[in-house]
Amino acid sequence: MAHIPDGVLAAPVLITGAIASAAAVSIAVKKLDYDRIPQAAVLAAAFFIASLVTVPVGASSVHLLLNGLMGVLLGWTAVPAILVALILQAVFFGYGGLLVLGVNTFNLALPALLVGLVIAPRLKNSSGRQLFIWGAVAGGTGVCLTAVLVSLSLLISGPEYLAASKVILVTYLPLMLAEAAVTGATLSFLQRVAPELLWEQKV
Amino acid sequence: MNRLFQLSQQPPQWLSQSDPRLRVILALLLALVTVNLSGLAILGFLLISALSLALSAGIPFSHLLKRLLAFEGFMLLVLLFVPFSIAGDSILQLGPFAASEQGLERAITIVLRANTVVIGLLALLGTMEPEVLGHSLAKLKLPEKLVHLFLLTIRYIGVLYDEYQRLRQAMRARAFVAGSNRHSWRSFGWLIGMLLVRSLQRSQRILGAMKCRGFHGQFYLLDNQRWQNRDSIFLTVAVTLLAIPLTLDTLL
Repeated sequence: MAHIPDGVLAAPVLITGAIASAAAVSIAVKKLDYDRIPQAAVLAAAFFIASLVTVPVGASSVHLLLNGLMGVLLGWTAVPAILVALILQAVFFGYGGLLVLGVNTFNLALPALLVGLVIAPRLKNSSGRQLFIWGAVAGGTGVCLTAVLVSLSLLISGPEYLAASKVILVTYLPLMLAEAAVTGATLSFLQRVAPELLWEQKV
Repeated sequence: MNRLFQLSQQPPQWLSQSDPRLRVILALLLALVTVNLSGLAILGFLLISALSLALSAGIPFSHLLKRLLAFEGFMLLVLLFVPFSIAGDSILQLGPFAASEQGLERAITIVLRANTVVIGLLALLGTMEPEVLGHSLAKLKLPEKLVHLFLLTIRYIGVLYDEYQRLRQAMRARAFVAGSNRHSWRSFGWLIGMLLVRSLQRSQRILGAMKCRGFHGQFYLLDNQRWQNRDSIFLTVAVTLLAIPLTLDTLL
Protein backbone atom coordinates (compact mmCIF):
# COMPACT_ATOMS: atom_id res chain seq x y z
CA MET A 1 0.00 0.00 0.00
CA ALA A 2 3.02 2.28 -0.29
CA HIS A 3 2.07 2.96 -3.90
CA ILE A 4 -0.60 5.63 -4.16
CA PRO A 5 -2.37 5.43 -7.54
CA ASP A 6 -2.90 8.39 -9.85
CA GLY A 7 -6.04 10.47 -9.55
CA VAL A 8 -6.19 10.27 -5.77
CA LEU A 9 -3.99 13.10 -4.58
CA ALA A 10 -4.54 16.83 -5.03
CA ALA A 11 -2.36 18.82 -7.44
CA PRO A 12 -0.41 20.79 -4.76
CA VAL A 13 0.63 17.52 -3.08
CA LEU A 14 1.71 16.03 -6.43
CA ILE A 15 3.76 19.09 -7.32
CA THR A 16 5.43 19.35 -3.90
CA GLY A 17 6.27 15.66 -3.98
CA ALA A 18 7.69 15.91 -7.49
CA ILE A 19 9.87 18.91 -6.63
CA ALA A 20 11.13 17.36 -3.38
CA SER A 21 11.97 14.06 -5.10
CA ALA A 22 13.64 15.78 -8.04
CA ALA A 23 15.81 17.75 -5.63
CA ALA A 24 16.72 14.65 -3.61
CA VAL A 25 17.48 12.63 -6.76
CA SER A 26 19.70 15.34 -8.22
CA ILE A 27 21.67 15.64 -4.96
CA ALA A 28 22.03 11.87 -4.78
CA VAL A 29 23.04 11.55 -8.43
CA LYS A 30 25.65 14.26 -8.00
CA LYS A 31 27.10 12.37 -5.03
CA LEU A 32 27.03 9.06 -6.94
CA ASP A 33 30.44 8.24 -8.31
CA TYR A 34 30.63 6.49 -11.72
CA ASP A 35 32.60 3.73 -10.05
CA ARG A 36 29.72 3.07 -7.69
CA ILE A 37 27.00 2.82 -10.32
CA PRO A 38 27.37 -0.96 -10.92
CA GLN A 39 27.24 -1.61 -7.19
CA ALA A 40 24.24 0.68 -6.70
CA ALA A 41 22.46 -0.95 -9.66
CA VAL A 42 23.06 -4.49 -8.43
CA LEU A 43 21.86 -3.60 -4.93
CA ALA A 44 18.83 -1.78 -6.36
CA ALA A 45 18.04 -4.91 -8.37
CA ALA A 46 18.46 -7.06 -5.26
CA PHE A 47 16.02 -4.85 -3.37
CA PHE A 48 13.56 -5.02 -6.25
CA ILE A 49 13.68 -8.81 -6.17
CA ALA A 50 13.46 -8.90 -2.37
CA SER A 51 10.27 -6.84 -2.50
CA LEU A 52 8.66 -9.64 -4.52
CA VAL A 53 9.00 -12.01 -1.54
CA THR A 54 5.67 -12.71 0.16
CA VAL A 55 6.08 -12.85 3.93
CA PRO A 56 3.23 -14.30 6.01
CA VAL A 57 2.24 -12.32 9.11
CA GLY A 58 -0.58 -13.76 11.18
CA ALA A 59 -3.51 -14.42 8.86
CA SER A 60 -2.33 -11.98 6.20
CA SER A 61 0.81 -11.73 4.12
CA VAL A 62 2.88 -8.71 3.14
CA HIS A 63 5.49 -7.60 0.64
CA LEU A 64 8.50 -5.96 2.25
CA LEU A 65 9.38 -2.33 1.50
CA LEU A 66 13.00 -2.61 2.68
CA ASN A 67 13.50 1.16 2.60
CA GLY A 68 15.05 1.06 6.08
CA LEU A 69 17.59 -1.54 4.96
CA MET A 70 18.29 0.39 1.77
CA GLY A 71 18.92 3.57 3.76
CA VAL A 72 21.38 1.76 6.03
CA LEU A 73 23.28 0.05 3.21
CA LEU A 74 23.11 2.63 0.43
CA GLY A 75 22.87 6.05 2.08
CA TRP A 76 21.97 8.73 -0.47
CA THR A 77 22.13 6.21 -3.32
CA ALA A 78 18.90 4.76 -1.92
CA VAL A 79 16.98 7.70 -3.46
CA PRO A 80 17.66 6.99 -7.17
CA ALA A 81 17.47 3.26 -6.46
CA ILE A 82 13.96 3.71 -5.06
CA LEU A 83 12.96 5.91 -8.01
CA VAL A 84 14.15 3.31 -10.53
CA ALA A 85 12.31 0.53 -8.71
CA LEU A 86 9.11 2.60 -8.58
CA ILE A 87 9.28 3.44 -12.31
CA LEU A 88 9.65 -0.25 -13.13
CA GLN A 89 6.85 -1.25 -10.77
CA ALA A 90 4.53 1.41 -12.19
CA VAL A 91 5.22 0.74 -15.86
CA PHE A 92 5.45 -3.05 -15.88
CA PHE A 93 3.45 -4.14 -12.83
CA GLY A 94 0.79 -1.45 -12.58
CA TYR A 95 1.63 -0.44 -9.01
CA GLY A 96 1.00 3.26 -8.48
CA GLY A 97 0.94 5.72 -11.33
CA LEU A 98 2.89 8.21 -13.37
CA LEU A 99 2.18 11.64 -11.92
CA VAL A 100 2.39 10.33 -8.36
CA LEU A 101 5.92 8.98 -8.88
CA GLY A 102 7.34 12.03 -7.11
CA VAL A 103 5.16 11.63 -4.03
CA ASN A 104 5.67 7.88 -3.88
CA THR A 105 9.45 8.27 -4.19
CA PHE A 106 9.49 10.89 -1.48
CA ASN A 107 7.37 8.78 0.88
CA LEU A 108 9.83 5.89 0.63
CA ALA A 109 13.10 7.79 0.25
CA LEU A 110 12.84 10.28 3.10
CA PRO A 111 12.53 7.51 5.74
CA ALA A 112 15.42 5.68 4.05
CA LEU A 113 17.62 8.77 4.27
CA LEU A 114 16.71 9.43 7.90
CA VAL A 115 17.33 5.83 8.92
CA GLY A 116 20.64 5.88 7.05
CA LEU A 117 21.66 9.06 8.81
CA VAL A 118 20.63 8.14 12.35
CA ILE A 119 20.90 4.38 12.66
CA ALA A 120 23.68 3.40 10.24
CA PRO A 121 26.48 4.89 12.43
CA ARG A 122 25.22 2.90 15.43
CA LEU A 123 25.53 -0.40 13.61
CA LYS A 124 29.31 -0.13 13.48
CA ASN A 125 29.78 -0.38 17.23
CA SER A 126 27.19 -3.02 17.95
CA SER A 127 27.14 -6.77 17.53
CA GLY A 128 25.04 -9.82 18.27
CA ARG A 129 21.71 -9.11 19.85
CA GLN A 130 22.29 -5.38 19.93
CA LEU A 131 22.86 -5.31 16.18
CA PHE A 132 19.66 -7.28 15.59
CA ILE A 133 17.74 -4.77 17.66
CA TRP A 134 19.20 -1.78 15.83
CA GLY A 135 18.40 -3.51 12.54
CA ALA A 136 14.84 -4.13 13.68
CA VAL A 137 14.56 -0.48 14.69
CA ALA A 138 15.83 0.56 11.25
CA GLY A 139 13.31 -1.67 9.43
CA GLY A 140 10.42 -0.73 11.69
CA THR A 141 11.14 2.99 11.53
CA GLY A 142 11.40 2.93 7.74
CA VAL A 143 7.95 1.38 7.40
CA CYS A 144 6.43 3.47 10.18
CA LEU A 145 7.61 6.78 8.69
CA THR A 146 6.44 5.72 5.22
CA ALA A 147 3.01 4.86 6.64
CA VAL A 148 2.81 8.29 8.27
CA LEU A 149 3.90 10.04 5.07
CA VAL A 150 1.39 8.10 2.93
CA SER A 151 -1.43 8.99 5.34
CA LEU A 152 -0.30 12.61 5.43
CA SER A 153 -0.22 12.91 1.64
CA LEU A 154 -3.80 11.60 1.57
CA LEU A 155 -4.96 13.86 4.41
CA ILE A 156 -3.47 17.01 2.92
CA SER A 157 -5.17 16.18 -0.38
CA GLY A 158 -8.61 16.28 1.14
CA PRO A 159 -10.56 15.70 4.36
CA GLU A 160 -12.55 12.93 2.64
CA TYR A 161 -9.55 10.62 3.02
CA LEU A 162 -9.50 10.83 6.84
CA ALA A 163 -11.13 7.45 7.44
CA ALA A 164 -9.22 5.72 4.62
CA SER A 165 -5.87 7.02 5.85
CA LYS A 166 -6.57 5.74 9.37
CA VAL A 167 -7.29 2.28 7.96
CA ILE A 168 -4.10 2.46 5.89
CA LEU A 169 -2.10 3.22 9.03
CA VAL A 170 -3.54 0.11 10.66
CA THR A 171 -2.75 -2.09 7.63
CA TYR A 172 0.90 -1.09 7.99
CA LEU A 173 1.18 -2.68 11.45
CA PRO A 174 1.77 -6.28 10.31
CA LEU A 175 4.20 -5.04 7.68
CA MET A 176 6.12 -3.12 10.34
CA LEU A 177 6.41 -6.26 12.46
CA ALA A 178 7.65 -8.42 9.57
CA GLU A 179 9.96 -5.74 8.24
CA ALA A 180 11.57 -5.21 11.66
CA ALA A 181 12.19 -8.94 12.13
CA VAL A 182 13.52 -9.49 8.62
CA THR A 183 15.73 -6.37 8.57
CA GLY A 184 17.21 -7.30 11.94
CA ALA A 185 17.95 -10.82 10.70
CA THR A 186 19.41 -9.52 7.42
CA LEU A 187 21.78 -7.14 9.17
CA SER A 188 23.01 -9.68 11.70
CA PHE A 189 23.56 -12.11 8.82
CA LEU A 190 25.52 -9.47 6.91
CA GLN A 191 27.64 -8.70 9.93
CA ARG A 192 28.71 -12.32 10.15
CA VAL A 193 29.15 -12.96 6.44
CA ALA A 194 30.10 -9.64 4.84
CA PRO A 195 30.79 -7.04 7.53
CA GLU A 196 32.44 -4.78 4.96
CA LEU A 197 28.93 -3.98 3.68
CA LEU A 198 28.11 -2.32 6.99
CA TRP A 199 31.48 -0.64 7.48
CA GLU A 200 31.77 0.78 4.06
CA GLN A 201 31.97 4.50 3.40
CA LYS A 202 28.55 5.67 2.25
CA VAL A 203 27.95 8.45 -0.18
CA MET B 1 15.95 -12.17 -18.80
CA ASN B 2 12.90 -10.00 -19.36
CA ARG B 3 10.38 -12.68 -18.57
CA LEU B 4 9.59 -10.76 -15.43
CA PHE B 5 8.66 -7.65 -17.39
CA GLN B 6 7.04 -9.14 -20.44
CA LEU B 7 3.42 -8.10 -20.74
CA SER B 8 2.61 -8.57 -24.38
CA GLN B 9 3.70 -11.56 -26.43
CA GLN B 10 3.75 -9.72 -29.68
CA PRO B 11 3.08 -5.99 -29.75
CA PRO B 12 1.42 -4.96 -33.03
CA GLN B 13 3.50 -3.26 -35.66
CA TRP B 14 1.99 0.21 -35.37
CA LEU B 15 2.99 0.20 -31.69
CA SER B 16 6.45 -1.33 -31.93
CA GLN B 17 7.40 0.93 -34.84
CA SER B 18 6.41 4.16 -33.15
CA ASP B 19 9.12 6.18 -31.45
CA PRO B 20 9.47 5.21 -27.76
CA ARG B 21 9.69 8.89 -26.83
CA LEU B 22 6.28 9.37 -28.38
CA ARG B 23 4.89 6.67 -26.13
CA VAL B 24 6.41 8.25 -22.99
CA ILE B 25 4.95 11.64 -23.94
CA LEU B 26 1.56 10.13 -24.72
CA ALA B 27 1.46 8.30 -21.39
CA LEU B 28 2.23 11.58 -19.60
CA LEU B 29 -0.43 13.46 -21.57
CA LEU B 30 -3.01 10.76 -20.91
CA ALA B 31 -2.28 10.89 -17.17
CA LEU B 32 -2.44 14.71 -17.12
CA VAL B 33 -5.76 14.81 -18.96
CA THR B 34 -7.26 11.99 -16.93
CA VAL B 35 -6.59 13.49 -13.51
CA ASN B 36 -8.13 16.78 -14.66
CA LEU B 37 -11.41 15.23 -15.82
CA SER B 38 -14.35 14.96 -13.46
CA GLY B 39 -17.38 13.97 -15.56
CA LEU B 40 -18.23 10.32 -14.96
CA ALA B 41 -19.42 9.62 -18.50
CA ILE B 42 -16.30 11.12 -20.06
CA LEU B 43 -14.01 9.28 -17.64
CA GLY B 44 -15.84 6.05 -18.38
CA PHE B 45 -15.38 6.62 -22.09
CA LEU B 46 -11.66 7.31 -21.58
CA LEU B 47 -11.31 4.13 -19.49
CA ILE B 48 -12.89 2.07 -22.25
CA SER B 49 -10.58 3.69 -24.80
CA ALA B 50 -7.54 2.90 -22.64
CA LEU B 51 -8.78 -0.66 -22.24
CA SER B 52 -9.20 -1.16 -25.97
CA LEU B 53 -5.76 0.36 -26.52
CA ALA B 54 -4.30 -2.17 -24.07
CA LEU B 55 -6.09 -5.08 -25.70
CA SER B 56 -5.06 -3.99 -29.19
CA ALA B 57 -1.49 -3.63 -27.91
CA GLY B 58 -1.55 -7.39 -27.41
CA ILE B 59 -1.79 -7.57 -23.62
CA PRO B 60 -3.85 -10.66 -22.76
CA PHE B 61 -6.92 -9.72 -20.72
CA SER B 62 -6.02 -12.13 -17.89
CA HIS B 63 -2.59 -10.47 -17.57
CA LEU B 64 -4.17 -7.05 -17.45
CA LEU B 65 -6.64 -8.14 -14.80
CA LYS B 66 -3.86 -9.57 -12.65
CA ARG B 67 -1.89 -6.31 -12.86
CA LEU B 68 -4.96 -4.27 -12.00
CA LEU B 69 -5.72 -6.40 -8.94
CA ALA B 70 -2.39 -5.24 -7.54
CA PHE B 71 -3.77 -1.84 -6.65
CA GLU B 72 -7.47 -2.53 -6.28
CA GLY B 73 -6.91 -2.90 -2.52
CA PHE B 74 -6.27 0.81 -2.39
CA MET B 75 -9.29 1.44 -4.61
CA LEU B 76 -11.46 -0.67 -2.33
CA LEU B 77 -10.51 1.54 0.62
CA VAL B 78 -11.43 4.64 -1.37
CA LEU B 79 -14.76 3.15 -2.45
CA LEU B 80 -15.56 2.07 1.11
CA PHE B 81 -14.64 5.19 3.00
CA VAL B 82 -14.88 8.23 0.73
CA PRO B 83 -18.69 8.06 0.25
CA PHE B 84 -19.11 8.22 4.02
CA SER B 85 -16.71 11.13 4.42
CA ILE B 86 -18.35 13.71 2.15
CA ALA B 87 -21.46 15.48 3.29
CA GLY B 88 -24.42 15.55 0.90
CA ASP B 89 -27.67 13.83 0.03
CA SER B 90 -27.76 10.60 1.96
CA ILE B 91 -28.30 7.44 -0.05
CA LEU B 92 -27.34 4.78 2.47
CA GLN B 93 -27.56 4.81 6.25
CA LEU B 94 -25.33 2.50 8.29
CA GLY B 95 -25.87 3.27 11.97
CA PRO B 96 -24.46 6.74 12.59
CA PHE B 97 -22.73 6.86 9.18
CA ALA B 98 -24.37 8.08 6.02
CA ALA B 99 -23.05 7.61 2.52
CA SER B 100 -23.73 10.61 0.32
CA GLU B 101 -24.45 10.70 -3.36
CA GLN B 102 -21.71 13.27 -3.91
CA GLY B 103 -19.27 11.08 -1.98
CA LEU B 104 -20.09 8.04 -4.09
CA GLU B 105 -19.65 10.07 -7.25
CA ARG B 106 -16.25 11.27 -6.03
CA ALA B 107 -15.16 7.73 -5.17
CA ILE B 108 -16.17 6.42 -8.59
CA THR B 109 -14.32 9.32 -10.21
CA ILE B 110 -11.14 8.36 -8.37
CA VAL B 111 -11.44 4.69 -9.29
CA LEU B 112 -12.03 5.49 -12.97
CA ARG B 113 -9.09 7.91 -13.09
CA ALA B 114 -6.65 5.52 -11.41
CA ASN B 115 -7.63 2.61 -13.63
CA THR B 116 -7.42 4.67 -16.81
CA VAL B 117 -3.91 5.90 -16.01
CA VAL B 118 -2.62 2.46 -15.07
CA ILE B 119 -4.14 0.75 -18.11
CA GLY B 120 -2.78 3.48 -20.38
CA LEU B 121 0.64 3.14 -18.77
CA LEU B 122 0.72 -0.63 -19.20
CA ALA B 123 -0.46 -0.36 -22.82
CA LEU B 124 1.92 2.39 -23.92
CA LEU B 125 5.04 1.73 -21.84
CA GLY B 126 4.55 -1.74 -20.37
CA THR B 127 4.70 -3.31 -23.83
CA MET B 128 8.17 -1.85 -24.44
CA GLU B 129 11.47 -3.55 -23.81
CA PRO B 130 12.70 -2.06 -20.51
CA GLU B 131 16.05 -1.15 -22.13
CA VAL B 132 14.26 0.81 -24.84
CA LEU B 133 12.41 2.72 -22.15
CA GLY B 134 15.77 3.52 -20.53
CA HIS B 135 17.17 4.82 -23.80
CA SER B 136 14.16 6.99 -24.43
CA LEU B 137 14.44 8.42 -20.91
CA ALA B 138 18.03 9.36 -21.75
CA LYS B 139 16.82 11.07 -24.92
CA LEU B 140 14.25 12.95 -22.90
CA LYS B 141 17.19 14.46 -21.03
CA LEU B 142 17.02 12.65 -17.72
CA PRO B 143 20.33 12.76 -15.82
CA GLU B 144 22.81 10.42 -17.47
CA LYS B 145 23.86 8.68 -14.26
CA LEU B 146 20.24 7.99 -13.41
CA VAL B 147 19.73 6.38 -16.83
CA HIS B 148 22.89 4.28 -16.36
CA LEU B 149 21.55 3.16 -13.01
CA PHE B 150 18.19 2.37 -14.63
CA LEU B 151 19.73 0.30 -17.45
CA LEU B 152 22.06 -1.66 -15.18
CA THR B 153 19.29 -2.26 -12.66
CA ILE B 154 17.07 -3.78 -15.36
CA ARG B 155 19.94 -5.97 -16.48
CA TYR B 156 20.59 -7.28 -12.99
CA ILE B 157 16.97 -7.75 -11.99
CA GLY B 158 16.87 -10.55 -14.54
CA VAL B 159 20.10 -12.11 -13.28
CA LEU B 160 19.25 -11.79 -9.59
CA TYR B 161 15.75 -13.14 -10.12
CA ASP B 162 17.32 -16.40 -11.27
CA GLU B 163 19.63 -16.31 -8.24
CA TYR B 164 16.62 -15.73 -6.00
CA GLN B 165 14.80 -18.69 -7.52
CA ARG B 166 17.85 -20.89 -6.90
CA LEU B 167 17.98 -19.82 -3.26
CA ARG B 168 14.25 -20.42 -2.84
CA GLN B 169 14.60 -23.84 -4.42
CA ALA B 170 17.39 -24.64 -1.97
CA MET B 171 15.09 -23.61 0.86
CA ARG B 172 12.29 -25.77 -0.53
CA ALA B 173 14.68 -28.70 -0.78
CA ARG B 174 15.21 -28.30 2.98
CA ALA B 175 11.42 -28.42 3.44
CA PHE B 176 11.04 -24.75 4.26
CA VAL B 177 7.43 -23.63 4.38
CA ALA B 178 6.85 -19.96 5.07
CA GLY B 179 4.78 -19.37 8.16
CA SER B 180 4.14 -16.52 10.52
CA ASN B 181 6.90 -17.27 12.99
CA ARG B 182 10.38 -16.21 14.02
CA HIS B 183 12.04 -19.02 12.13
CA SER B 184 10.48 -17.96 8.83
CA TRP B 185 11.29 -14.30 9.32
CA ARG B 186 14.89 -15.09 10.18
CA SER B 187 15.15 -17.34 7.16
CA PHE B 188 13.80 -14.56 4.94
CA GLY B 189 16.30 -12.17 6.51
CA TRP B 190 19.12 -14.58 5.68
CA LEU B 191 17.73 -15.08 2.19
CA ILE B 192 17.82 -11.33 1.55
CA GLY B 193 21.24 -11.08 3.16
CA MET B 194 22.58 -13.86 0.93
CA LEU B 195 21.07 -12.20 -2.13
CA LEU B 196 22.82 -8.93 -1.17
CA VAL B 197 26.18 -10.61 -0.53
CA ARG B 198 26.14 -12.46 -3.85
CA SER B 199 25.00 -9.31 -5.67
CA LEU B 200 27.82 -7.32 -4.16
CA GLN B 201 30.42 -9.84 -5.24
CA ARG B 202 28.87 -9.82 -8.67
CA SER B 203 28.97 -6.02 -8.82
CA GLN B 204 32.70 -6.06 -8.07
CA ARG B 205 33.28 -8.46 -10.94
CA ILE B 206 31.13 -6.26 -13.19
CA LEU B 207 33.07 -3.14 -12.29
CA GLY B 208 36.32 -4.96 -12.98
CA ALA B 209 35.05 -6.15 -16.35
CA MET B 210 33.74 -2.72 -17.25
CA LYS B 211 37.02 -1.05 -16.33
CA CYS B 212 38.86 -3.65 -18.40
CA ARG B 213 36.78 -2.54 -21.38
CA GLY B 214 37.70 1.06 -20.78
CA PHE B 215 34.57 2.24 -19.00
CA HIS B 216 35.01 5.81 -17.88
CA GLY B 217 31.54 6.92 -17.09
CA GLN B 218 29.83 6.78 -20.44
CA PHE B 219 27.69 4.15 -22.05
CA TYR B 220 27.14 4.26 -25.74
CA LEU B 221 23.40 4.40 -26.04
CA LEU B 222 22.48 2.83 -29.34
CA ASP B 223 20.87 5.50 -31.41
CA ASN B 224 18.17 3.69 -33.32
CA GLN B 225 15.30 5.83 -32.25
CA ARG B 226 14.29 8.13 -35.05
CA TRP B 227 11.43 10.54 -34.81
CA GLN B 228 9.52 10.09 -38.04
CA ASN B 229 6.68 11.92 -39.74
CA ARG B 230 4.40 9.12 -38.68
CA ASP B 231 5.19 9.90 -35.03
CA SER B 232 4.34 13.57 -35.50
CA ILE B 233 1.02 12.65 -37.10
CA PHE B 234 0.35 10.17 -34.32
CA LEU B 235 1.08 12.82 -31.68
CA THR B 236 -1.18 15.37 -33.37
CA VAL B 237 -4.06 12.90 -33.61
CA ALA B 238 -3.61 11.83 -29.98
CA VAL B 239 -3.48 15.41 -28.70
CA THR B 240 -6.66 16.23 -30.62
CA LEU B 241 -8.39 13.12 -29.31
CA LEU B 242 -7.35 13.99 -25.73
CA ALA B 243 -8.41 17.62 -26.12
CA ILE B 244 -11.99 16.60 -26.95
CA PRO B 245 -12.85 15.09 -23.53
CA LEU B 246 -11.03 17.96 -21.81
CA THR B 247 -13.12 20.62 -23.57
CA LEU B 248 -16.33 18.60 -23.15
CA ASP B 249 -15.57 18.28 -19.45
CA THR B 250 -15.12 22.02 -18.96
CA LEU B 251 -18.19 22.85 -21.06
CA LEU B 252 -20.56 20.41 -19.41
